Amino acid sequence: MVIYGVALLSFCMLIGMFLGELLGKLIGVQANVGGVGIAMLLLIVLANLSQQKFKLAAPTEGGITFWSAMYIPIVVAMAANQNVIAAVSSGWMAIIAGFAAVAASFAMIPLLDRIHSGRKHDS
Amino acid sequence: MIPEVLSTVLVKNALITAFVFVGVVVWFSYFLSARLTRGHIHGSAIAIAIGLLLAYVGGSVTGGSQGLADFSLLAGVGIMGGAMFRDFAIVATAFGAELEALKRAGLVGALSVVIGVVLSFAVGAIVAVAFGYTDAVSISTIGAGAATYIVGPVTGTALGAGTDVIALSVAAGLTKSVLVMIGTPFVAPYIGLNNPHAALIYGGLMGTTSGVAGGLAATDPKLVPYGAMTATFYTGVGCLLAPSVLFLIVRALA
Repeated sequence: MVIYGVALLSFCMLIGMFLGELLGKLIGVQANVGGVGIAMLLLIVLANLSQQKFKLAAPTEGGITFWSAMYIPIVVAMAANQNVIAAVSSGWMAIIAGFAAVAASFAMIPLLDRIHSGRKHDS
Repeated sequence: MIPEVLSTVLVKNALITAFVFVGVVVWFSYFLSARLTRGHIHGSAIAIAIGLLLAYVGGSVTGGSQGLADFSLLAGVGIMGGAMFRDFAIVATAFGAELEALKRAGLVGALSVVIGVVLSFAVGAIVAVAFGYTDAVSISTIGAGAATYIVGPVTGTALGAGTDVIALSVAAGLTKSVLVMIGTPFVAPYIGLNNPHAALIYGGLMGTTSGVAGGLAATDPKLVPYGAMTATFYTGVGCLLAPSVLFLIVRALA
């Protein structure tokens, strides 16, 4: 049943968010630390587990893949909610600070990518 | 009579209205992508750019801070694009991700998050100094804002920065998130952002959840789970490092 997939996905998200909040409290910061990441790991582990022991029925998978497919439309809606005005109207310093941070981070990607895959790049 | 009834229906069913609205925006974007750019610019990249443009229009017409969602007819766009559905959809993309690629990324993923926070903070702080800020609290708050628009106010509040400086730090973070959304598909070919490993590093370095979510959607949706995985730790690490270690370093230097 489709609801089994949706419920499994929701369960993973709640557990992840719970652990993320807890982790934030433990290290004393006002933020959820890695909640989404923990939820993703949990979903991957549960989905792989079930492939070995018992197979997820197609409708159950559908309950998860539907939300995965809704990702881009949701991101478009998210973009339409951003406070773009505040970003562009608060003066040059904020824009330059944001721009420089993005440029420096982009430039760092190939460097880090190379360091780690020194043994053999498989792609 | 008909306009009132219609608007009542649209407002009462806000989320459903948003589905129709976003559906039309996405359809139009893929149409533009196929016709005008012959598929060179991905439809989702155009859709995200249109979303940001509409958010600008919404903000300037209503004076609110939530873009299009400040129009009562389109309040549902705020629900659909809010943190709850965004995170839910991000988690769903993990279904089908390769466990192996994630396992291998442990160390470099963690490293990229720390480097990402420190790098953005340092760059933001340098810009603040260049614009004439001399006190360690303001410099640190603006540096933290260059990490993400959540780290900025959290740091500013913790250090007791002025509200004007906190507002600037939020603006720096918003600028970063918007630029990451728009810029990623264009920069991707030059920085090798075409495999899960690079996407993990990208997520860790950029850190803005909305920027990474939008940027990867517009580049290659298959990479989303890897980038999102590391990005989700960034704000937490930023809130940890910026008001403590990084602030102390700035104070020692200033």
